[in-house]
Amino acid sequence: MQIWAIQTLNSLALGGLLFLLSSGFALIFGLMRIANLTHGALFMLGAYVGATVIRSGYGMFTAAAAALIVIAIVGGIIERLILRRLSGNPQGQVLATLGLAFIIADFCLVIWGGDPIPIETPAMFQSPIQFLGISFPAYRLVILVISCIIGIALYLLLEKTRLGAMIRAGVDDMQMARAVGIPASQLFTIVFCLGAGLAGLGGTLGGPIFNAYPGLDADMLPLALIVVILGGVGSLVGTFIASFIVGFIYSFGIALVPDLAYVILFLPMVVVIAFKPTGLFGTIRT
Amino acid sequence: MTINRRDFLVGSGAASLGLAVPTLVNAQKSNEPIRIGLLTVKTGPLASGGIDMERGIMMYLNERNNMMAGRKVELVVADTGGVPANTKTKVQELVERDKVQVLMGPLAAFEALAIDDYIKTQKIPTLSVAAAEDMTQRKPNPWFVRATSSSAQCSHVMADYCAKIMKFKRMVMIADDIAYGHEMNAGFQRVFEENGGKIVQKLFPPLTAPDYGSFLAQLKTNVDGIFLGFAGSNGFRFVRQFNEYGLRGKMAIMGGMTALDESVLKNMGDEALGIQTVCWYSAELDNPINLKFAPGFRKTFGYDPGYYAAGTYVSGAVLENALNAVNGDANNKDALMAALKKTNIPTARGPVKFDQYGNIVGDVYIRQVERKDKRLVNAVLRTYTNVSQFWTYDPKSFLGQPVYTRDYPPAKNLES
Amino acid sequence: MKKLAGFLTIIFLISIPFYSGEYYINLASQMLIAAIFASSLNLLVGYGGLTSLGHAVYLGLSAYITAWLITKIGLSHGATAAIALTATTVMGMLFGWIALRATGLGFLMLTLALSQIFWGLAYRWVGMTNGDNGISGITRPMPFDINLDQSNYFYWFVLIIFLTCMLLITRLVHSPFGASICGTRDQAKRMTALGFNVWLIRWITFVLASFFGAVAGLLYVYFHKYIHPTVMSITSSAEALLCVIAGGAGTLTGPIIGAFLVMILKNYVSGYVERWNMLLGAVFVFIVLFMPSGITPWVADKISRLRNTTK
Repeated sequence: MQIWAIQTLNSLALGGLLFLLSSGFALIFGLMRIANLTHGALFMLGAYVGATVIRSGYGMFTAAAAALIVIAIVGGIIERLILRRLSGNPQGQVLATLGLAFIIADFCLVIWGGDPIPIETPAMFQSPIQFLGISFPAYRLVILVISCIIGIALYLLLEKTRLGAMIRAGVDDMQMARAVGIPASQLFTIVFCLGAGLAGLGGTLGGPIFNAYPGLDADMLPLALIVVILGGVGSLVGTFIASFIVGFIYSFGIALVPDLAYVILFLPMVVVIAFKPTGLFGTIRT
Repeated sequence: MTINRRDFLVGSGAASLGLAVPTLVNAQKSNEPIRIGLLTVKTGPLASGGIDMERGIMMYLNERNNMMAGRKVELVVADTGGVPANTKTKVQELVERDKVQVLMGPLAAFEALAIDDYIKTQKIPTLSVAAAEDMTQRKPNPWFVRATSSSAQCSHVMADYCAKIMKFKRMVMIADDIAYGHEMNAGFQRVFEENGGKIVQKLFPPLTAPDYGSFLAQLKTNVDGIFLGFAGSNGFRFVRQFNEYGLRGKMAIMGGMTALDESVLKNMGDEALGIQTVCWYSAELDNPINLKFAPGFRKTFGYDPGYYAAGTYVSGAVLENALNAVNGDANNKDALMAALKKTNIPTARGPVKFDQYGNIVGDVYIRQVERKDKRLVNAVLRTYTNVSQFWTYDPKSFLGQPVYTRDYPPAKNLES
Repeated sequence: MKKLAGFLTIIFLISIPFYSGEYYINLASQMLIAAIFASSLNLLVGYGGLTSLGHAVYLGLSAYITAWLITKIGLSHGATAAIALTATTVMGMLFGWIALRATGLGFLMLTLALSQIFWGLAYRWVGMTNGDNGISGITRPMPFDINLDQSNYFYWFVLIIFLTCMLLITRLVHSPFGASICGTRDQAKRMTALGFNVWLIRWITFVLASFFGAVAGLLYVYFHKYIHPTVMSITSSAEALLCVIAGGAGTLTGPIIGAFLVMILKNYVSGYVERWNMLLGAVFVFIVLFMPSGITPWVADKISRLRNTTK
């Protein structure tokens, strides 16, 4: 009984982490149709930035904010200088984003070296929470809460604000949106900045669990891809739910069928796409 | 400092760019430099150990003004990225283009296996850092010596210690799901169970596990201790999460030779205190050579040397000794190899000599993490001398059995 | 003009072992193998318009099957090659059937997933694959009693196969079937309206791509005489994709040039430039900004402009 309870909590916590990781990718892909393969590298860069801020003595809140802002700026630069010229050229986007990923990854190696850098769990969350006879890391529950908050915030932003409406208009029909005076290309930069910033934020918040190490980008990118595809492109709700589905299947799968460890991550996605190519909640045919 | 490629090529002239098929070279002229090729990993997830490997040998050469046996030494460093296909290309580059006479490294077991064949055909003496068991057991390579350790060499010792000194009866084992983890843990299990202990659970998380939550949830807690067979920073990640799940104090943590390496220790805090690990080196060793090496390394690079830095430093000493025995004639490969195999010298890790398969017979230490001068160190608790890769077993019967894997020796005491 | 250039290139390629050292001959062999692999992917990506991130699985399957048959069963090289190529192509048929249930990003993810599953299997199924120790001890074939362990003979062996593959691919691309592949890439709906079976055309392209990928795998494992699961990693597939796109997807020489470029940067330049990864990334970004369709179309464009201005 105890094991089931802990595994359930593990699944929820992992789901929260995956959403933090994937929300940025989902945003950019859903709204701008760009598969931002630099996402993993941006996540890693965020983790390193956060680690540096914390090492300089500041708290997690400052570190997360710093990561969000810095990576958002990096994202803005990438979008303006490079990706802007590649709209409608998906193969070019793949080349560009992968090339940038190499550059960023090597840059991190030069600046921060080859050793993994741990990120301290904030002091108030370091001891486990005890309830109903089980101990569970407090910080993971915090991550779960934060990811829900971010999910709701993003949803409200897109559905209930004027900015969100303008963005959606630009996505649906760029020409018409421009015709009615919506600055579509500036909005796209904002979206990309937001997506990148979320990646950086995720890197720092996930830091106490993953740490910052060379290779983090390559480990995280497939996870983000799986979650977004499973959930369905163009649906933030889909990404949210898919994060938890993957969290559950992975946590329980690893415990019950350890031999299929590597396969467990991809199987749900393969099964779903094979039958419903747009993903669980996908609205647009990719 | 590393002699970088530009200097090397300019110095040796265009002819050695490999326009000629390599021919057998006669006895070396007395002013021809000795060229050592270092196969290491400087990019990617294994970079941390690889960079240390470069620093270890660089420090050794610097202390001697880049001279060994009266000749100038040139070090050529190749970055394999930890991908076996690249290792093969890089070793070809080192041997065919840069004309190295001796190889140091590689870092990872599968890299060593990838170039095993090539080393045999090219007959290049190789001082390996990689721990793959069979390279010095069932498929021995006559051009291979290893001054570090085979995968299970140290875990045999730890198992003996846990059974006889710590008097543990029930233990759990966990390691990365790679050959190195399998071999290390299998060796531990064998000796522990033969001395009256029981391994009641074996866990092998995938190497790139996002986190250990699922494994910590299924961990049995009615045991005396857990043995960690992790490599790189996974050991440290595991210990942190172990504490976060409230398991601290419920069982003793005992680590293998790479679980809490000095390079990882520098990033840890009080949660590491008291953890005991086994290794063939500790920066706290008090033999005269290490009393100069470790502080010197710390002064130059800012942290204590660990497994990888000590690995190449010690290999450097082994090589120099052998070169002295052949009067610096590195081109006489057979003589150099024979001299390497006859090594019997004190080094920063203690005495080094090789068994007939080229693997080290030396001292292994049980260490405990303590705080000293505000830093965490691996203080030496106990020394086991003359440890070979076969532990107390007869080599022939050891080799007659299959190599250590995830399922061999079979675990008979597992509880579900 | 083109024929002359092609002819001279072939002469050049044949002549390399006569004046180069071991190291360069081996490097050239590797570049040719990479070129075959990139060209196989190009069928799918460039001509079929289907971006795949899991192509390395065919390289890996063919290599592992060969390795296993030679080391564990001791089968002859001829039989091994036949079995490996056939088995991998059959797997390509199956994967194609699965992956083509989606297009675009869904297709990409399915190909990625399939290759990751086999990558994981290669690590885990230690009984068959030796896990991360890999399989070593593979021997090279001895056609007509020629010892392929010698680098120059092996190079010519690879060159012959490379030229044969390129000939076949060229004929394929210039055939009516090749035209229909391009049609499905450019105007799938119209092709359907005209009565073509778009799915079938894509599936056949997929299978052909897997076949040539398997050929590359065979040569790969002969060259290295060792196989390890990393050969099927995402990085491996991504690299091939980058070769194709950077060189020029949808052209015949594009992937070859892309493969040469990446191999030179990875293997040769990496000896001189410590930050070669960054350089590789920078080269890709440069290409995408200034030569958006890839190197070959850019060069072709420049040449034709030159010709037009000199008229």
